[in-house]
Amino acid sequence: MRTIQIAAALSAVLSLAACTGGAGSPSASAPSASAPSATASASSSSGGGAAVEAKIGAVLSLTKAAAVYGKTQQNGLELAVKDVNAKGAVKIDLQIEDDASDPATGITAFQKLINQDQVAAIIGPTLSNTATSTDPIAQKAGVPVLGISNTASGITDIGDFIFRDSLTEAQVIPQTISTAKAKYSLTKVAVLYGQDDAFTKSGYDVFSQALKDGGVTVTDTETFSKGDKNFNAQLTKAIGTAPDALVVSALADEGTLILQQARQAGFTGPIIGGNGFNSPAVITNGGQAAEGLVVGAAWNQASDIPANKTFISEYTAAYGSPPDQFAAQAYAGVEILAAAIEAAGSADRTAIRDALGTVKDLDTPLGSFSFTSSRDAQAPAAVQVVQNGTFAVLK
Amino acid sequence: MDLPQQLFNGIFLGSIYALFALGYTLVFGVLDVLNLAHAAVFTVGACMALVLVARLGLPAWLGVVGASLGAGLLGLLLDRVAFAPLRGRPEERFAGLISSLAMASLFIAFVQGLFGPNAYVFPPDAVTIDALRIAGARLPIVQLVVIGVSLALMAGLGWLVQRTRFGRSLRAVAENPRAAALLGIDVARVNAETFFISSALGGVAGALFALAFDSVSFDMGTSVELKGLAVIIVGGMGSLLGAFVGGLVLGLAEVLAIAGIGSTWRDAVAFGLLFLILIVRPAGLFGRTGTRRD
Repeated sequence: MRTIQIAAALSAVLSLAACTGGAGSPSASAPSASAPSATASASSSSGGGAAVEAKIGAVLSLTKAAAVYGKTQQNGLELAVKDVNAKGAVKIDLQIEDDASDPATGITAFQKLINQDQVAAIIGPTLSNTATSTDPIAQKAGVPVLGISNTASGITDIGDFIFRDSLTEAQVIPQTISTAKAKYSLTKVAVLYGQDDAFTKSGYDVFSQALKDGGVTVTDTETFSKGDKNFNAQLTKAIGTAPDALVVSALADEGTLILQQARQAGFTGPIIGGNGFNSPAVITNGGQAAEGLVVGAAWNQASDIPANKTFISEYTAAYGSPPDQFAAQAYAGVEILAAAIEAAGSADRTAIRDALGTVKDLDTPLGSFSFTSSRDAQAPAAVQVVQNGTFAVLK
Repeated sequence: MDLPQQLFNGIFLGSIYALFALGYTLVFGVLDVLNLAHAAVFTVGACMALVLVARLGLPAWLGVVGASLGAGLLGLLLDRVAFAPLRGRPEERFAGLISSLAMASLFIAFVQGLFGPNAYVFPPDAVTIDALRIAGARLPIVQLVVIGVSLALMAGLGWLVQRTRFGRSLRAVAENPRAAALLGIDVARVNAETFFISSALGGVAGALFALAFDSVSFDMGTSVELKGLAVIIVGGMGSLLGAFVGGLVLGLAEVLAIAGIGSTWRDAVAFGLLFLILIVRPAGLFGRTGTRRD
């Protein structure tokens, strides 16, 4: 107990020291990081062979709750760095830190990358929840941050150094509903959502608004709690109202059980899910019950644009399994950052920030990518449906 | 509102709670200690069934039998490590709460280390997905089996406690361990046997729960832990019949709250009802008033 208290006090003192160091350091540190590269960029822009060198930090959830996402993000980042460096215009030195799915650890990782490693920009963190704690630190220190999986609202409002290449639920869900409505001629649906989780609740709010905007009647709204395994009562009631489709905002585990129990209860219509269903595990665990599941995604894996096809084949060759949305967003993140560094011609933090704002129509696995004026992602969303055990595009 | 279907949903959910509560209340009734590791044993039982059925390809019923034996052995370990060393010491019941909580953490950490944070499913053909149709309601075979097994286990356990020689020594120890020891009963042995049976029941509950919902994860115990405790309190601490009826009451209350009022009100209505029952019958539905021992 005592050692824990000492450790806590020590880490508090350390983080305080890091904070004060961080506030004063960017002006002093940025030149030292950019000095060698500034000359290099001069030669590269004049057609010489030397690349712009930049040290980039990444903060990912490689352990604990969000490890499933962090691991494929790491793969996507490392593959992209290899590809970017091979092209030669930009040379990225990537340093990855683990935030253990925890905001406090994320803060420590950000401070280390900013003050000790003097990185030019930071990619991450994996969770929106962590980003709300870490991104203000980078904003204060003047270090550009590129989120690759944050979907909560308000992340980029933290400041003008904060960007993301991940579409928010608010961007994806309305398109999911309008596409599904047109495809299945939906007039009335029943809604189920997890009421005690910020992510599933906010997904419900967006669904609810999108259904209202689309003129779709909600016949019944049911709730459940985290850790529930039995949804028979809610489903009996919801299906009893004879909806055209079920709309479900749930995390992967509860979502899979809802799929199975809805199909067992005899529901054969489409089931429309939020981002929580965007996991290969839903298909492998749900099996036959996952057929007909409609999910909006920020990445269209069936897209046949060259950037996407190359990415999928390279990734599959390197890691032995196909990429998921999180790997694609990570890969695109490095490409976007590299394009900005190349445009900036240096590894200066403010110059990269300015160049990120001008990224427009960049070819990435996510499609043609630009930033909105509020530094959020602008890229096509994909509406997918599970057919024969894989995601296919819903047309 | 599909009343026949919802009634069946409630009876099924109630049998799940009852199955979990049977073993829980047995240890309490005999040994007067609350075994907080029961939910962890439940989880380990589900994992054993998963390994036996999904990895080794055994039929589901063998998975359940294997899980109950494995969980029973775990119960012996629990008794030896967490409870036996405390017996006869002052405040043994409170110390037992802590030591069983510690064992629960160990078991869960072990499961998480072995299986990771993901949920697992059984092979598609592990259990039948057929169902009977009666009065417009759909009664899946798996759920009928769960209801049948929990009824049979309650009856079997009741027979064991009331009608056998082992049951007599069990009740003697429950009444007064010192007097039982003076009469020549091997109290330590009865304690160990009680833990074996209780944990084996927990293992069966976990395995059936996992098969019925086709889901195994390290945190599955949390969904029955508190409800199981509520069930044995409302049923009357230590009463087997009480655990069964209490489970049914809670299951039906939850389902009918969803069907009649709304799912947001589920827990408020269900636990409100349990609270009312305790006001009317402070010792629970089938509990004896006054204390034994002491």
